[in-house]
Amino acid sequence: MKRFKKLLLFVVAAVLAATAVPGLAKTPPNMLVIANRIDDITTLDPAQSFEFAGSDLIRNVYGKLVNFDPKDLSKGYQPDLAESWTVSEDGKTITFKMRPGVKFHSGNPVTAADAVFSLQRAVKLNKTPSFILTQFGFSAENADKTIKMIDETTFSITTDKKYATSFVLNCLTSTIGGIVDMKTVMVHQKDGDLGNDWLKTHTAGSGAYSLISWKPNESYMLKANPDFYQGAPKMEKVVVRHILESATQRLLLEKGDIDIARNLNPQDIAAISSNSELAVDSDLRGRIMYISMNQKDPNLSRPKVIEALKYLIDYKGMQDSFLKGQYVIHQSFLPKTYLGAIDDKPYYFDVEKARTLLREAGVGDGFDARINVRDAQERIEISQSLQNTFAQAGIRLKIEVGTGKQTLAVYRAREHQIYLGAWGPDYPDPNTNAATFAYNPDNSDEARATGILAWRNAWPLPEMSRATKAAVQETDRDKRAAMYEAIQREHQKRSPFAVMFQQIEQTGRRANVKGLNLGAAITAVSYWPVTK
Amino acid sequence: MAALPKWIKGIGHTFFTVLITMVGLLFVTFVIGRVMPIDPVLSIVGESASRATYDAAYRELGLDKPLIIQFLLFLKDMVHGDFGESLLTARPVFQDLLRVFPATLELATMGTIFGVLLGVPLGVIAAVRRGRWADHVARVVALIGYSMPVFWIGLIGLLVFYGKLGWIGGPGRLDIFYVDTVPHVTGMILVDSLLAGDMDVFQNAISHIILPAGLLAYYSLAYISRMTRSFMLEQLDQEYITTARVKGLSESAVIWRHAFGNVKVPLITVIALSYAALLEGSVLTETIFAWPGIGSYITNALLSADMNAVLGGTVVVGLVFVCLNIFSDLLYQFFDPRAQ
Amino acid sequence: MNSSASAPAKTPGWRQWLTTDAPASRRQARLSAWYRSWLAFRSNPMAMFGLVILLLLVSTALLAPVLAPHDPFAQNLSTRLSAPGANGYLLGSDTLGRDILSRLIYGSRITLYIVSLVALMAPIVGLFVGTAAGYLGGWVDIVLMRITDIFLAFPRLVLALAFVSALGAGIENAVLAIVLTAWPPYARIARAETLTIRNADFIHAIRLQGAGALRVITRHIWPLCISSLVIRVTLDMAGIILTAAGLGFLGLGAQPPSPEWGAMISAGRKFILDHWWVATMPGLAIFIVSLAFNLLGDGLRDVLDPKKSAR
Repeated sequence: MKRFKKLLLFVVAAVLAATAVPGLAKTPPNMLVIANRIDDITTLDPAQSFEFAGSDLIRNVYGKLVNFDPKDLSKGYQPDLAESWTVSEDGKTITFKMRPGVKFHSGNPVTAADAVFSLQRAVKLNKTPSFILTQFGFSAENADKTIKMIDETTFSITTDKKYATSFVLNCLTSTIGGIVDMKTVMVHQKDGDLGNDWLKTHTAGSGAYSLISWKPNESYMLKANPDFYQGAPKMEKVVVRHILESATQRLLLEKGDIDIARNLNPQDIAAISSNSELAVDSDLRGRIMYISMNQKDPNLSRPKVIEALKYLIDYKGMQDSFLKGQYVIHQSFLPKTYLGAIDDKPYYFDVEKARTLLREAGVGDGFDARINVRDAQERIEISQSLQNTFAQAGIRLKIEVGTGKQTLAVYRAREHQIYLGAWGPDYPDPNTNAATFAYNPDNSDEARATGILAWRNAWPLPEMSRATKAAVQETDRDKRAAMYEAIQREHQKRSPFAVMFQQIEQTGRRANVKGLNLGAAITAVSYWPVTK
Repeated sequence: MAALPKWIKGIGHTFFTVLITMVGLLFVTFVIGRVMPIDPVLSIVGESASRATYDAAYRELGLDKPLIIQFLLFLKDMVHGDFGESLLTARPVFQDLLRVFPATLELATMGTIFGVLLGVPLGVIAAVRRGRWADHVARVVALIGYSMPVFWIGLIGLLVFYGKLGWIGGPGRLDIFYVDTVPHVTGMILVDSLLAGDMDVFQNAISHIILPAGLLAYYSLAYISRMTRSFMLEQLDQEYITTARVKGLSESAVIWRHAFGNVKVPLITVIALSYAALLEGSVLTETIFAWPGIGSYITNALLSADMNAVLGGTVVVGLVFVCLNIFSDLLYQFFDPRAQ
Repeated sequence: MNSSASAPAKTPGWRQWLTTDAPASRRQARLSAWYRSWLAFRSNPMAMFGLVILLLLVSTALLAPVLAPHDPFAQNLSTRLSAPGANGYLLGSDTLGRDILSRLIYGSRITLYIVSLVALMAPIVGLFVGTAAGYLGGWVDIVLMRITDIFLAFPRLVLALAFVSALGAGIENAVLAIVLTAWPPYARIARAETLTIRNADFIHAIRLQGAGALRVITRHIWPLCISSLVIRVTLDMAGIILTAAGLGFLGLGAQPPSPEWGAMISAGRKFILDHWWVATMPGLAIFIVSLAFNLLGDGLRDVLDPKKSAR
């Protein structure tokens, strides 16, 4: 027994010794610490990255030709590494003049050669986001001719057709438009990969920050670029920690171990909003939530059934309860703040109306249907609310939950009946959503246009497809906006998509942290204006 | 050949067994990876990729070759120590494992140490006081550990000890201030900080590990204490114990020197097993405590069809399990006269 | 067989009959052994406590429609997240305004369903593999035991996750996945038992009488393996519930809106700091039931473990 007592004493002493020392609670004044989910980062190469957390990082590391100013996003794209540009008579060639005196983190000057290299590189690598550039007719074969250096400080790009200049430049503000340091990257080239392998885990940019380390699923750390051409950022280091649970993020924020918590759920947001040391920011994001009906299904392809389902969604009930502060009702495919976005909300929860429509469609007794949902809590809740309201009109919904990859596989194979989906724009131009919700040139199975939502739902729409195509060539901004408005109104009425909500991101921060801009619906987060 | 010493034969046999088990393990994992309806190509190219991008990635992964060829190619690489590259982290799986496994090793080792320090005495007491209140208390204490959903108790523990009382460090392995301040040698921060002689980092790391390790300890304590109890009961019923008592030995000498002395060997097997279970990495504990260990690494990889990472992780976990098994077998043979 | 005639009638009669030192028939001997075990078991208050809880669980599951105060699926968004006692919800309501108590009551059916399926299937698979390996020996033994080792060395949750992801989420698949990860220890136990029995004299005697391997295994070896398996299963039961809950927690177990306890915790987890009851109530339910199984199993082991009773 004596021995046991000794052991016990030892353990108690060890525990006390460990816990008596309080941790250093507050974050250092020159360091910004953020909790965020960053497990989606798989590469740091701007020519390849296509995820939220990745574009956050890249926006702060790489300069672009044109960019959004975090102090006023509504101004639209502004000169960044390109000081100015001119458009040719035929509207096909844009000539950029580079800003003088800007340097990469390596000390190399930023020249037209780097810009040409970066754009050609993105086209030639042909990774996931390359379509943002190749939709203008650039290809690995013609890139050397269409993206051309003129001298040290000027270069031009030539598109295959006339496009709205705003469309082209909007696309260049997206992640793939990041300008990389050609000399540094080519030192690390392997087997002609244009440095792709090296850039997956390293950075070579000219932006406000450069990368210190990235530990997947754990954290990344950035250090300030003292030579940043807009002035050295106040925060010398930025650390982003991967914290999955909202409750955990909140505890860390309350204790002052982090400055910003980006994934708090509504309950935790409500709880911290009464804390005077903390503040909450709301920011409208570009992601929209919708359900769509596969037009191969005999029931779901009846126009009246489609319309009925749109009346069987408790938009307001969901918005005001479990989605409170996370989503607002939005019923058209362009997110608010986009060119041509409309705020029409023709649909509301009305069981009687839906019943009448179902009777007129000849399915008054209701029917069984499956809904595919990925295993995220909010989506499971939405689907259960749908299950509940659909049942009131006799539609028996079976919820099938799977991982993101599984549900997507079903969707892409057109094997779903109803799909609960979310869609985030790929680049800040209305065409990004129009080209997927309202465009489907070939509805055959063989087309395998799996990137197009209209195709996934087997919805043929020849007229609307033509309208969508015409809209990208309209150079007059107001006329272009009006074209998108018309397309959306028609889409609202006829399409098998019931757009329900647009996302709001609520961010908790320590009250002394100021100047964080999340990028709204059009771009990613900016760390460089932050002070505390 | 017949003149070969027995122990060499033993080693040869063990080696053969390990080899077969490992290949089998890899094969099962590999097959699972292929039958899962998750598209590994999509993981790379994203959902709006064009057909051409998709096909290029498909060929790059070697998915156009027959299954058995893919497996053999994979085995070949594995023998050369090449685990391939992870899709999710864009770096060699081997490098990833060097990062995540020490985190799990640290946590599991701390958990097992606490579990043994508390579980063994608890089991002995329960056996000695069989049927009395101490036995019942020990039983309930231990079984509560067995019955607790860790994802629930973990969050509550964080809320109370970190959030409300501020006694311990929060989620993660260190306060942000200390991250990367000691040189990376073993990857286990407790060890690295001691090697660097940095007591601040050591204490901070202790304050972070104590709750997750404590929870794991509680779980292994349950198993260890129940097994200790039943081994001890077996010994206490033996005649030699009565003899020792009759000879006038003190009760503690009877219990600790005689009875417990004979329990050590089977107990080592039990501890090794429970250690192996913790080394698999507890996905749920790791998630709640933002602990970048092997459990969540494998799970994430699995759900994204990152098969190189899954296979690499499985090999490590399997290897650890097999090694611990062999280790406890050897100890058994070494200590136990009957087994020789 | 004569003794049974004298057995009935008064109470002391049957008790005496059960506790006699000289049983007159095989049946009496067996019943008597059972009865003694029961007496020993009854003297363990903790184990009895476990048994009572489990009996309560079974009756709750059977009487769910009578006991549940609300429809477990009825939503009411206006009274969501009510605290325990408020708005007529005894244990509060969840994020969609469903009564937590009613969901727990109906959820007990799912828990029992999972537990009993796994408890039936895993030991049976283990029994087949283990006894075949132990009795037949040679190559069969080597192959079967290597397979067992492979499955033992596999990270358990990974195996379950992989299986469920392959076949799709759902209770039945979750059960199969758990069985897949749970059988190897049973196979090992069964094999060890078989090895000790195989060379016993009575087995030799039976073999001499011309009984085939199948007959020996099924008629004579299986019955002797069962008690150690039962103990092990009861002790594993809590682990089974927790694994099922873990799968539910990861969204791969029972599908919504089914009130599976693990899925309920998972859904309530995000409210844990401010609406603690949503996750805590199912957490407590899981805890109590697992504890009951553990106490029962622990008690059973004390009573049934052949090593102990031989003292």
